[in-house]
Amino acid sequence: MTAASAISAEHVSKRYPGGDFVLRSLSLEVAPSEIVTLLGPSGSGKSTVLRLLSGLEREHEGKLLVQGLPVQGPTPSVGMMFQEPRLLPWRTVRDNVAFGLPRTLSKELGATRVEQLLTLVQLTEARDKLPKELSGGMAQRVALARCLAGAPSVLLLDEPFSAVDALTRMHLQELLLSIWTHTRLTMLLVTHDIDEALFLSDRVAVLRGSPANIEETLVVPLPRPRDRRDEALGPLRSHLVEALRLAGNGHSHEAAEGPGGLIAGW
Amino acid sequence: MLVGADTAGVSAPRPTALRLPVWRTAVRRLAPWLLPVGLLAGWFLATDGFHLLPAHQLPSPRAVARTARDLLAGGELFRHVAASVQRVALGFLLGAGVAIVLGTWVGLSRFAERVLDPTLQAIRNVPSLAWVPFLLLWMGIDELPKVTLVAIGAFFPVYVNLVSGIRQTDRKLVELGQVFGLSELGLVRHIVLPAALPSLLTGLRIGLGQSWLFLVAAELIASTRGLGFLLIDGQNSARADIMLVGILLLAVLGKASDGALRLLERRLLAWTDGFGGVA
Repeated sequence: MTAASAISAEHVSKRYPGGDFVLRSLSLEVAPSEIVTLLGPSGSGKSTVLRLLSGLEREHEGKLLVQGLPVQGPTPSVGMMFQEPRLLPWRTVRDNVAFGLPRTLSKELGATRVEQLLTLVQLTEARDKLPKELSGGMAQRVALARCLAGAPSVLLLDEPFSAVDALTRMHLQELLLSIWTHTRLTMLLVTHDIDEALFLSDRVAVLRGSPANIEETLVVPLPRPRDRRDEALGPLRSHLVEALRLAGNGHSHEAAEGPGGLIAGW
Repeated sequence: MLVGADTAGVSAPRPTALRLPVWRTAVRRLAPWLLPVGLLAGWFLATDGFHLLPAHQLPSPRAVARTARDLLAGGELFRHVAASVQRVALGFLLGAGVAIVLGTWVGLSRFAERVLDPTLQAIRNVPSLAWVPFLLLWMGIDELPKVTLVAIGAFFPVYVNLVSGIRQTDRKLVELGQVFGLSELGLVRHIVLPAALPSLLTGLRIGLGQSWLFLVAAELIASTRGLGFLLIDGQNSARADIMLVGILLLAVLGKASDGALRLLERRLLAWTDGFGGVA
């Protein structure tokens, strides 16, 4: 499977200068067109995995391959969505999406692609608006369109829907899936939202410990599109709740603010 | 499909778009004129009205208007205004231009900061008037020393504000640029400089104000034309009315040039999402 993996991490360790290890010998394979979620409490090193894969963080031990090539800094084939939209406030919606276009693309082709993407995320009406005029969900859709403008083959998503309200979050998750249906992009998603993980992913990897490692991987054996009320999700959810609870208790100094603390009240 | 249902979340037009009652609109239009008109009335009452002050100390508004008219008719006023405006324009462009180049460099590079900034900060603390004798010695009494002094005045506010604006660029946006594969130059052009634009415009406005300040400093000491000269001329001939013509013109010209920059600011910074003050 390794040779064909879209993302492959082998015994990856990471420590920030002068600090402890954040990740210790983490291994993960993501097949092409697969959607995998990294689930874990805050501060468990989930984001670090994405930052390493996107090339934003360079120093690490172990082997890290995307599309079979070692990560050597940001490349257009890897798209990254952040927790915040990070739109350029001085650019209109259209120009923010155009920011993601490959620089080799001609003006006309670029404009056409931007229009297509705006249609895809249903923002054609808002094309001339400035970011300050957008709701949180709209802004995140612009960010998604900008990500897709570069035609990446791998999409890394760092808690992309955690800052919007529950209803908008569901809309965005459905949008993401409809995009996946069209493009079959490989997606690696980081979240602490169990329902999000179960709704979107083929597999859920639970990150635990300090330094973090993948403690277990849960396969979600349900076809998409899924019904959020599907009773088959119940046992999986319970299982992940338990796994996260253990993850939260794994290091007591984080249990208070991590999901471990929240779930204890269930 | 559910996607797009939150389109309704587009923020409503700003509250300023509300219809105000006619009298409120009138008050808002007139508000900027209340103080000038009040001052003018007070001035009139203190002079022609009740003769509280002797005319050689504070001439009446009518006397000042008459003097202005005479100066205008003789072509003198135009000559002075033209000389001053030209010096400010040249000096400001020169000073702000150099400040934008050096400020960008120092803002981007900590090495450049280490090399340039301590010296520039020391020079910044030299009072404007301290430059005058030296510039005269060096450059004679022509246009050059005056334009140079104005340039020095314009330079520092632009430089200081631009450097701090560049340094305050949101690290997350820089990171975004890196993810999208921007080169160093691309980062500067597409992220850092636009992000620093609000600070730059603040710097330009303060710099333009300082230009007028430094202009008068230069013209007071050595000149045969310009509004500063007009002030000195008034002093030498004990004509308070001439001085007041000079002072009022400086106020009007300063306000007008600042207004032009504010207009530019409003156009370039429509994207900012600041508090903006209450109505």
